Amino acid sequence: MECQGEVIAGLRAAFHTGVTIPLEFRLTELKGLLALMEENEAQILDALHRDLRKPKFEAAISEIEIVRNDICFAINNLKTWMLPEYVGTNLATKFDDCFIQRQPFGVVLIIGAWNYPLQLILLPLVGAIAAGNCALLKPSEISQATEALLAELIPKYLSKECYVVTCGGAEDTRRLLENRFDHIFYTGSQAVARKILLAAAVHLTPVTLELGGKTPCLIYGRIDMKTAAKRLVWAKYFNAGQSCVAPDYILCTKETQDALLPAIREALEAFYGPDPQKCPDVGRIVTDKHWNHLMDLLGKSKGNVTIGGESTQEEKYIAPTVLVDVDETDILMQEEIFGPILPILTVETLEEAITFVNAREKPLALYVFSDEPQVVTTVLESTNSGGFCANDGILHMTLPTLPFGGVGASGMGCYHGRYTFETFSHKRACLLRSWGLERIGALRYPPYSDTRLSWLRWATTTKKSSCSIM
Amino acid sequence: MSKQQLAVERARRAFRTGRSKPLEYRIQQLKNLERLFVERKKEIAGALKKDLNKSEHGTPLYETLGLEGEIQLAVRKLKEWAAPRPVSKNLLTLSDEVYIKPEPLGVVLIIGAWNYPWAVTIQPLIGAIAAGNAAVIKPSEVSAHTAKLMEDLLPLYVDKELYPVVTGGVPETQELLKQRFDHVFYTGNCAVGKIVMEAASHHLTPVTLELGGKSPCYIDKNCNLTIACRRIAWGKYTNCGQTCIAPDYILCDPSIQDRVIQEITKSVQEFYTENPKTCPDYGRIINQRHFKRIMAMAEDSTVAMGGDNDEAECYIAPTVLRDVKPEAKVMQEEIFGPLLPILTVDSVDSAIEFINDREKPLALYVFSSDNKLIKRVVDETSSGGFLANDCLVHFSVNDLPFGGVGNSGIGAYHGKFSFDQLSHLRGCLIKQLKMEGVNNMRYPPHTADKLGWARFFILKHVPVVRTFKLAALAMLVVIAAAIIQRILD
Repeated sequence: MECQGEVIAGLRAAFHTGVTIPLEFRLTELKGLLALMEENEAQILDALHRDLRKPKFEAAISEIEIVRNDICFAINNLKTWMLPEYVGTNLATKFDDCFIQRQPFGVVLIIGAWNYPLQLILLPLVGAIAAGNCALLKPSEISQATEALLAELIPKYLSKECYVVTCGGAEDTRRLLENRFDHIFYTGSQAVARKILLAAAVHLTPVTLELGGKTPCLIYGRIDMKTAAKRLVWAKYFNAGQSCVAPDYILCTKETQDALLPAIREALEAFYGPDPQKCPDVGRIVTDKHWNHLMDLLGKSKGNVTIGGESTQEEKYIAPTVLVDVDETDILMQEEIFGPILPILTVETLEEAITFVNAREKPLALYVFSDEPQVVTTVLESTNSGGFCANDGILHMTLPTLPFGGVGASGMGCYHGRYTFETFSHKRACLLRSWGLERIGALRYPPYSDTRLSWLRWATTTKKSSCSIM
Repeated sequence: MSKQQLAVERARRAFRTGRSKPLEYRIQQLKNLERLFVERKKEIAGALKKDLNKSEHGTPLYETLGLEGEIQLAVRKLKEWAAPRPVSKNLLTLSDEVYIKPEPLGVVLIIGAWNYPWAVTIQPLIGAIAAGNAAVIKPSEVSAHTAKLMEDLLPLYVDKELYPVVTGGVPETQELLKQRFDHVFYTGNCAVGKIVMEAASHHLTPVTLELGGKSPCYIDKNCNLTIACRRIAWGKYTNCGQTCIAPDYILCDPSIQDRVIQEITKSVQEFYTENPKTCPDYGRIINQRHFKRIMAMAEDSTVAMGGDNDEAECYIAPTVLRDVKPEAKVMQEEIFGPLLPILTVDSVDSAIEFINDREKPLALYVFSSDNKLIKRVVDETSSGGFLANDCLVHFSVNDLPFGGVGNSGIGAYHGKFSFDQLSHLRGCLIKQLKMEGVNNMRYPPHTADKLGWARFFILKHVPVVRTFKLAALAMLVVIAAAIIQRILD
């Protein structure tokens, strides 16, 4: 790894030239990124296949299309986003210009993750570029093929002075964090997130943390089981369960479970055929270490495997698996699973299920499946989570108009679409006062008097749009 | 269990009952808070006089009027702020409900400062209450009389379990910071800001830090110096310079330095008479420690106006320092006192360079009649906030976010920004288990055809504005769904 300090100093020098500020530059870079995505699709799919055996469909939708879409969204809207936002004035500032100016922070650090190695580093980059920052990208070293591809392609399509890819492991990242950045964007685990926040505190650097947690999936009330099962299975086993917003576990009644299991079997068969291992649409676990960990969890679980359970070490394959008779003390319920293993816990009432969820950390996403609107509303109103989706999974994060982020232990800050631009911008309050109206302005000067104060009070309270002093 | 732990636990339990959530409750608490400021004017002014020698009129002007305005705004707008915020959808979710739902975070810790103890402690509280949170309030112990008054008065007006006041010094604050909160809101200096952020990191708690810095004030040769200097003098010497957004130092051309000094001297006399020490409208330094700190700063610079001081009274006269060098002691840290250094620069380019060589300040001031020059400074510098041709007043515009950047802070508040800062804006997608036909394109087994459809439907964003377009597109989706169902069956 080249001298990190020098790289960052270089980025800072580039930022100070002001080259990233004009709209034209940002659009050029965004178009460069778009070209990168469009001209290298085959290479990208290949790298993702080597890292995670990602099925082409999944890679196309969740890595290529989502990024392309976001780039286009930014290109189409950037001019508007960059405009000064004029805000309401009060009586005293009637002849003044009051607006919010969006400014880049400077040099930002983006740390990616391995499960969606392209999306999770490029979506933040889109916003960082759009907002006028320079960026240092640190892709995950675990998804090696994609890491290498990014290191090769980014300098070919983007300004080498303003956007740099740096590769390395945990120790290199730790040393990287000793440097000062103007914003740090991290996707990954809570343990590492704490270290990042600690490092950021030294420089008072703002951070965005996209973490995870155990995403609950509640199934209650009257329900079209077949459809629910299909959507649930799709969301769970997409990317072999290695999604931060995959449904982690299910809560439902025993009766629902009995109806759900055959529906899940049916959906799995329809999707992956009788032998999922041979199906090209089934992904693999990212590394041996992760595979071993999942197998360990499966082995130690006190639940009963009722669907799947097969595995092959050489291929890092685990079949889409469902367990029943799991309770809250089970090892599968102690950490985010992040694999194709779905425990079902039977909880007899919706209220108990909500209590169960609320006794735990706020998750990144929360799902409820039901044909009864009242059930959906109750769950929505009584719980907290980063995002919420009723009667489906994952899809809420594909909408660029919804902020995507966690709350509590699942993260802080959000992004996607305009939110990424806002995340990487400082909203500077600007007030350009006129020279006139000095007589009104003079009401605030000492010597203070009751009369002046009354006038000021009157001026304050008769306004429609409220203002504080003056 | 420590006193601090108990207060936090009680607040959390109270939050869990859900009573802070209904809008009526929040509005009731806010109205009670407003009554506090209406009914207890005298006691508040009395305590502030003891803490900072704030005058009887200075109190409402700088502390409570603003809060009353913020409360009224929150009460009036709460329904709108707290309502689900619909967003535009894509083709696949056209028939679904898609919106952002603002939700309370839980228990917020608010650490206040001593310079405007009511304003900077209660304004975040207004946002916390409006957003439906519980809040533990830790007023600054440095403004001791006000802290005690807050501890006595708040429980008489607002829910004492949901919004407890916890007083104390450094050890008590450290104990508080060990507890887990859902957000920590701190107003104060950088050094402690880092400690707060570090403590919050253990629990992955987000923070808002309202810090400070040296707010530069550039005076262009070509402007109405009389008005400019009057506004600067007001901005600087209010509260004896102990304002986070006070103009910290002046940058100007050497040719106008004398005139600037003249005009400021005139304004100071108009405001505070020939002898500010006896003027009831002029404040005092908060304590002797800060008095000594500020006096030490002036040591290696030339006094052009003022300079008189009285340690026993913590009095420092409104003071101007001339021909100050960048290496001078007074330029090494935020002054937070009534010393106004003037540094001469030969052009606005030099001023911009000088400013950009330093940490991003909380506020940046420019006085000029040349709009192009003002625009240049806006475009070529960064700061928490920017104000042309006046001082401080951007603080009072509720629709402007108030906060720092870089060393001057993280996050922003005031008006709706307070509400949003202390809420979780939860993205919600409410689908039905119908129209499954359209969904089939995303399920395995994957084919090239399906991929094509999915690329089109799932991800193409359609900003649907008019109902007509909406209806037409809905029709399109239904037809498409039927066709796809056909093809895939």
